[in-house]
Amino acid sequence: MSHADLVGRDGPDGTRTAVPVPASAAQAGRERRRQWPLFRSELLTTFRRWRTLALLGVLAVVPVLVGIAVRIETAGGGSAGGDGGGGPAFISQITNNGLFLVFTSLAATLPFFLPMTVGVIAGDSVAGEANAGTLRYLLVAPAGRTRLLLVKFGSVMVFCLAATLVVAAFALATGALLFPVGEVTLLSGTTVPFSEGLLRALAIALAVAVSLTGLAALGLFISTLTNSGIAAMAATVGLLLMVQIVDTVPQLHAAHPYLFPHYWLSFADLLRDPVYWDELLKNLGLQGLYTAVFGSAAWARFTTRDITA
Amino acid sequence: MAEPSAADAVIETRGLSKRYRGGQLAVDGLDLTVPRGSVFGFLGPNGSGKTTTIRMLLGLIDATDGSAHMLGEPMPQAGKHVLPRVGALIEGPALYGFLSGRDNLNRYDAADPVADPRTRRARVDAALERVGLSAAAGKKAKAYSLGMKQRLGIAAALLQPRELLVLDEPTNGLDPQGMREIRSLVRALAEDGTTVFLSSHLLDEIEQVCSHTAVMNHGRLVTQGTVAEISALGHAGRSRLTVTTPDGSDAVRVLKEHGVTDLTAEESPDGEVVTGELPVHGLPEAESPGPDLAGLNASLVRSGVRVRAFGVTKVSLEDVFVALTGEGFDVAR
Ligand SMILES: Nc1ncnc2c1ncn2[C@@H]1O[C@H](COP(=O)(O)OP(=O)(O)O)[C@@H](O)[C@H]1O
Ligand SMILES: [Mg+2]
Repeated sequence: MSHADLVGRDGPDGTRTAVPVPASAAQAGRERRRQWPLFRSELLTTFRRWRTLALLGVLAVVPVLVGIAVRIETAGGGSAGGDGGGGPAFISQITNNGLFLVFTSLAATLPFFLPMTVGVIAGDSVAGEANAGTLRYLLVAPAGRTRLLLVKFGSVMVFCLAATLVVAAFALATGALLFPVGEVTLLSGTTVPFSEGLLRALAIALAVAVSLTGLAALGLFISTLTNSGIAAMAATVGLLLMVQIVDTVPQLHAAHPYLFPHYWLSFADLLRDPVYWDELLKNLGLQGLYTAVFGSAAWARFTTRDITA
Repeated sequence: MAEPSAADAVIETRGLSKRYRGGQLAVDGLDLTVPRGSVFGFLGPNGSGKTTTIRMLLGLIDATDGSAHMLGEPMPQAGKHVLPRVGALIEGPALYGFLSGRDNLNRYDAADPVADPRTRRARVDAALERVGLSAAAGKKAKAYSLGMKQRLGIAAALLQPRELLVLDEPTNGLDPQGMREIRSLVRALAEDGTTVFLSSHLLDEIEQVCSHTAVMNHGRLVTQGTVAEISALGHAGRSRLTVTTPDGSDAVRVLKEHGVTDLTAEESPDGEVVTGELPVHGLPEAESPGPDLAGLNASLVRSGVRVRAFGVTKVSLEDVFVALTGEGFDVAR
């Protein structure tokens, strides 16, 4: 006897609500309308928490600090990173074009900051409700286990997008305020108008958000394993750090193409003309794979699990 | 497998069992029948398997054996159809502390796929009104007292018209005033025709509120029936009379003449304590005209017995429990 039956509509057997073909469109419409209130409620609940707002606040501060630091450093006449030295990618270009603060900030936050916030939100998504006991009330409402899990994943994805956009938006505002903006010289040497530069920045933000889906699915899976929100958050973030370290160890390079952060920085390829798609698509595929694997694992676990908290 | 026998049973379990992963057999072959329209007291000491049974009924955990039907449909398979018609409070309330009382209800209502969002506002207001939380609806739930949290949890169970309310120890942890409030709320809900399944480890609570009861011990069903039937099991429905007097032997003689049986007399600092069983038609003493206790007392005094204390101890469910299991109620574990 499986709990999946409880939400038979979504279950793999699909028997209970296997509808005649002509009715399926109307049925799908009704189903969608029933998903929406819970999804809306989930978003409201997530984004009304202090913790969520604090995480977004930290992400907003990073580009402002980077912008100010570059501004101070170059105030003496020097050019930041003009010697081609270290620092995050694109940092040397910021003084010429404030738009590059967007790329710099995303490159600076993507390895740890951004995914850490996602790990916190994803890890807490189910385990936090179990910890508070609210999970049992959602389930007897009855939210449906598959439906609830889909809604949780959807809202973590929305958080990924929101977090990325917060970094990009604050970087753009800071960059425009502290530095000149104008035509953008791409990595391939081509110059494009500022408007196209903005579009490419938006595309990059989306690419970064998509890069985080694999981690989101992993965090959601971990979240279904425990009744402690803190433990799930810590485990997800810990795993992220470990994978990032493994990704830098040359001796383990055979495993690198399968690590979810491996192609994260491929977003820079959107700044080439023509766009260099190879790694971008590999990243997309890898994120899809992680989502499929850990999404299924989360579903298998959550729909059969005893909820005793 | 047995068909759900009584069509008017809202809960029916057959051989329902649960062994937790720790190897603990928490519920053992439970055959429970809850008649529609009853206020059903699910009584048992802490750890006797009440919450485990409720979790299985609501589809939160899988039974390791046996079957359960709610509202005539198998659980957990039919949960999608059955649960919207059932309101539940399980192991105390659980709330989003950072949301207001009203938004907590909005959230739980949004989780119910059959709840109509267009009527949500009105239904939430009505539920808040019903439990007396309208004034505090805008306060953050973390600022609520335990009694208010408990009432908000009950309000969540009342967001829709329900056929069955499952309330797991709804007065646990409350002060006497809070307990009274919840009990009168439960009575009012039952008067509206909702079947109430109320678990409790408090005997007097079941006696005060319930029409039917089932008694659990160590995961097994000890007995079930109407509260009156179960009370009658203890001492064949008799209450014991206690008289404290310095004139013990006279008291025994007079009481015997008036049909009191099983008389014993014991020495105590206050004199002798004489106890005996009242004739069976004397119960319940408050309602029946039966052997008039005032008259009995007057007879004692007329015969020269100096009465220091005079009283009747009612048979409690605790006596029944002890009689049936040979164990004290509180120590069972
Ligand atoms: N999640 C759990 N895992 C293992 N054992 C449990 C769990 N929950 C309860 N138990 C055990 O099952 C028995 C019944 O518990 P419970 O149903 O909570 O009793 P009650 O609600 O009557 O107090 C107890 O011995 C308890 O220790
Ligand atoms: Mg309990």
